Amino acid sequence: MSETTPTVDSDFSLRRGIQKVVDFMEPAIVGLIYLCGWSAIIFVMAIFFFVFKESLPAITGIEEIGGGVDAEVEKLDLVEFTTSPKWIPESAKKPTFGILALMLGTLSVTVLSMVIAVPLGLGAAVYVSEFAKGKSREILKVLIELLAAIPSVVWGFIGLVVMNPMIVDVTGEPVGLNILNAGIVLALMSVPIIVSVSEDALRAVPDSFREAGIALGANRWEMVYKVLFPAAKNGLLAAVLLGIGRGIGETMAVLMCTGHSVNMPTSIFDPVRTLTATIAAELGEAVRGDMHYHTLFLIGVVLFVFAFVINLTADLIVKGIKVQGNE
Amino acid sequence: MSTIATESSTTQYPPVEISLADELSIQTRGLNLWYGDFQALMDVSVNIKKGIITGLIGPSGCGKTTLLRCFNRINERYGNVRTTGDIEILDKNIYDSDVSVRQLRRSVGMVFQRPNPLPISIFDNVLFGMGLHDAHKSLSRSERADVVEMALREVDLWNTVKDRLKARATTLTLEQQQKLCIARLLPLKPDIILMDEPCSALDAEGIEKVENLIESLRDEYTVVIVTHNMAQARRATDECIFMLLGEIIEHSKTSEMFLNPQHEKTEMYIQGRYG
Repeated sequence: MSETTPTVDSDFSLRRGIQKVVDFMEPAIVGLIYLCGWSAIIFVMAIFFFVFKESLPAITGIEEIGGGVDAEVEKLDLVEFTTSPKWIPESAKKPTFGILALMLGTLSVTVLSMVIAVPLGLGAAVYVSEFAKGKSREILKVLIELLAAIPSVVWGFIGLVVMNPMIVDVTGEPVGLNILNAGIVLALMSVPIIVSVSEDALRAVPDSFREAGIALGANRWEMVYKVLFPAAKNGLLAAVLLGIGRGIGETMAVLMCTGHSVNMPTSIFDPVRTLTATIAAELGEAVRGDMHYHTLFLIGVVLFVFAFVINLTADLIVKGIKVQGNE
Repeated sequence: MSTIATESSTTQYPPVEISLADELSIQTRGLNLWYGDFQALMDVSVNIKKGIITGLIGPSGCGKTTLLRCFNRINERYGNVRTTGDIEILDKNIYDSDVSVRQLRRSVGMVFQRPNPLPISIFDNVLFGMGLHDAHKSLSRSERADVVEMALREVDLWNTVKDRLKARATTLTLEQQQKLCIARLLPLKPDIILMDEPCSALDAEGIEKVENLIESLRDEYTVVIVTHNMAQARRATDECIFMLLGEIIEHSKTSEMFLNPQHEKTEMYIQGRYG
């Protein structure tokens, strides 16, 4: 024991040594932390810059070939791009790049998934935060979070192998890969994020509001929809928006479940194709530097803008809650 | 003792209350309450008279808030609460199976320690209780406005907020919020108003105004008020109940309790020697 116990002198010099190392390391560690913080912004900017740059030739008609030399390439007809339902990129006669059907595909699948996921998610959040007690609450929370951990390709697989024949059986449609299938799968995928964000919002409502409602004679249901919903509405809205963002951005599951055929949807039993799935399926085959290639990146920019607007809105709304909370 | 005697001369019992003295608003008999294994109320039997202001005093953890929260059964929202004994409010045992908790809470209103107006407009806050009891569906728009005006006038808030009834109630000052919390009980025409340290979040000026308001509620409503503030108990109550460790130690007229406490513990507490 006596060997391991340092004398006062050596203890002192040891401490001074450590202090020197700490003094030296401190700025380095601060720098590292700064870098970590900024890297998120740098990466996002870099990705946006790259996607935007790759899509630019389709808009300007000018492409840099290298060595500072620009070449003229075919320009994309932006009116056709936004209004035409025809997406025929590989046509030998006349390739057409219209994303209207793809946007409507994304929109219809997302809307249907939200119609299913919002009531389900809010209901689950209300149950977990207000009604479930003790162990059942903890188990539910873990299970719901586990739902978020299922890879999207597994969801796609479920849509393809389980939902597809079920939809055929129940509705009598010839194929079960359609808006309904993708909408349900996407709804199940968005539920966890809606539940966890809206549960946080509900739990952030001060207990005094609940007591106010109960003391005035509200039963539990009235307390939820007359007191909690108005009090937590910003957080609940943010939860829904994040769910929508998840829906718009999802690729693999919708690629597998929608039927992936370019189609203007007229009913929920129509197969459609989404913006994301188009990029995923075609980018590998598009000729680099080709119009098709640039247009796919332009679709990426469109998705980027969608996601950015939705996330920003959600973020501003959540910030709004905090400002009110400080009152 | 002499200082107490001189100061308490301001709270002389008005003769009006004596004639009401026999009519009871709340009666408990052998009331016991447990939170899990902890017994918070022990064999509490009190008679709270109608139309006066009764104060519940005692050191922290003595069960005064617990007792108050029994009167509208709001205690029951925590799962681990168990009670035995009777509470009769307006000649009806509130633990009877045919009692509607909703109706009970309609006639027994509650004001909390921290003002808790709901995050909706001032107007909607006043009407919130009526909305729950389906009482305002039959009212026209102008009748609703009258209800709101009357309630706000009664708590002396009308002139301050009449131009911004649509503003969120949480933008009011704490004193105004607390008045609003009292105002929202009034359209339900309660018999009893329970107050759990209603002034503890307010500044001196707010306390004075809210106390004046509580004073004005006497006669029309039975007010039961929990307070930590001895000066307030003396100023604002007609009778006082002193509690200690879940038991009622003394219940008498405020003037008598502060002049001439019957128990040594009461005397020590109101003189500030502990608690």
